Amino acid sequence: MIPQRPESPPPPPRRRGFDWRKAFVPGLISAASILLVFGVLAWLIATNENWPRIQAQFFSLDHMMTAAPRVMRGFVINLQVWLIALACIGVWALLLAVIRSLRGPWFAPFRLMVVLYIDIFRGLPALLLVILFGFGIPALRIPGLPNSGLFWGGVAMVLCYSAYVCEIYRSGIDAVHEGQRAAAHALGLNEWQVMIYAILPQALRNVLPSLMNIVVALQKDVALLSVIGVRDSVREAQIYTASTFNYSSLVVAALLFLLATIPMARLADWITKRDRARRLQVAG
Amino acid sequence: MSMIKIRDLTKYFGDHLVLDRVNLDVARHEVVCLIGASGSGKSTLLRCINRLVEPDWGEISLDGVPVEDASFGKTGLQRRVGIVFQSYNLFPHMTVLDNITLAPRKVQRRARAEAEAMAMEVLALFGMDRFAKSYPEQLSGGQQQRVAVVRALAGDPDVLLLDEITAALDPELVGEVMEVIRGLKARGLTMVIVTHEMGFARDLADRVCFLDGGRIAEEAPPAQLFGAPEHPRTQQFLQRLLDGGRL
Repeated sequence: MIPQRPESPPPPPRRRGFDWRKAFVPGLISAASILLVFGVLAWLIATNENWPRIQAQFFSLDHMMTAAPRVMRGFVINLQVWLIALACIGVWALLLAVIRSLRGPWFAPFRLMVVLYIDIFRGLPALLLVILFGFGIPALRIPGLPNSGLFWGGVAMVLCYSAYVCEIYRSGIDAVHEGQRAAAHALGLNEWQVMIYAILPQALRNVLPSLMNIVVALQKDVALLSVIGVRDSVREAQIYTASTFNYSSLVVAALLFLLATIPMARLADWITKRDRARRLQVAG
Repeated sequence: MSMIKIRDLTKYFGDHLVLDRVNLDVARHEVVCLIGASGSGKSTLLRCINRLVEPDWGEISLDGVPVEDASFGKTGLQRRVGIVFQSYNLFPHMTVLDNITLAPRKVQRRARAEAEAMAMEVLALFGMDRFAKSYPEQLSGGQQQRVAVVRALAGDPDVLLLDEITAALDPELVGEVMEVIRGLKARGLTMVIVTHEMGFARDLADRVCFLDGGRIAEEAPPAQLFGAPEHPRTQQFLQRLLDGGRL
């Protein structure tokens, strides 16, 4: 029998009260299992016969406190190099990407130069470049050129990272719909104007999440400069280690890097998530 | 004298012949509709007129001057020929007002205030002035397409090209866009319209051209072309639309 259609719609289902059990029991179980697993791990480590030696070698509070001021001073240099390199990479890579994306036949040699540049600098280890530039160029003693290893090491980092960032920018430029280019051309804009007003703003928005990953990666890779004698945090920690044979100073440097990179990584995640939400909203 | 004059226009995409020696004349104040199946070359023909597509052979002239003539300068042709696309192609990172004033400011080098005043005037004409500060994604498809029309009109062009401008719209939004185009026809704007919307063609066109395999198979006033098509391919095409309930 077909049920009769009621005169008015049925009342909405009664809202259930807040279910404490549903809200808290899974959380409690997770917390308990985390405590259990990590507790067992901690106990295994702490009861190991080698643990006191490990602790003294890597986690000695005394050594950490003594080394901290100079390691921190070095870390300030890491941060300075990081920020300056970021700015240079952002601009230089963008210039490369724009040149690579120009379409006129007259730009062919410049496009080729960018392709070669990317092939070379993406194919070489950053460490090799840092050593080559940081030791090699000051050794030339060319008058008028800066002599500092810090400067040339930084240049090597910029050149190397720009190759990656250029490719990221370019993928963003390519992802802008062809119709945008057609529309901009149809309005009478020239090649540069099309790029600057129509394409690039959209491209940058496309690649912001990927760029954030590079920002995080660069933040720790600036430590490569320590191999050419730049007294950054890693170098300072090594100097301390060399005189005391205790590695706690390196752990201090490690903690400083984590302190800086983890919030950056969270920020990158957040930007990615926000960007995804925006896209879904537009698509819907 | 005809305003747009197209002679022997030929275009290949690879080995595929898209336009096959097309001849077409459009008089000042005339509205010409191009109809035909997908792939018949309508859009390519349209895009050749403002040089978004470069033809392989043949010539197009505007008031007797070939469109590739240096006298147009770098941007003169785009200023005299506006185009509206199927998917609006508004710049998503700019407000409606910035979308419309971009070309006047950057190409025609007008002051921002002047360009914006002119844009607001045209927007008001189409009842869109309250959306001046909105971003394209906040508007409906019909509203976006009307903004795209205003943007194309911002340079005060002599000819407007419309490339299937209602094809991406929900059926209930088609009317508002057609209303805008009807208004433009009343003001005497010369237009070349590619459309799948036969009602559009019947209503607005002074002349309808049926394209088939890269050629204009038949051209006639709408009453004649829809009422008593002569070419067998036209008859076939219209019959198929009738059968599909689209006419």
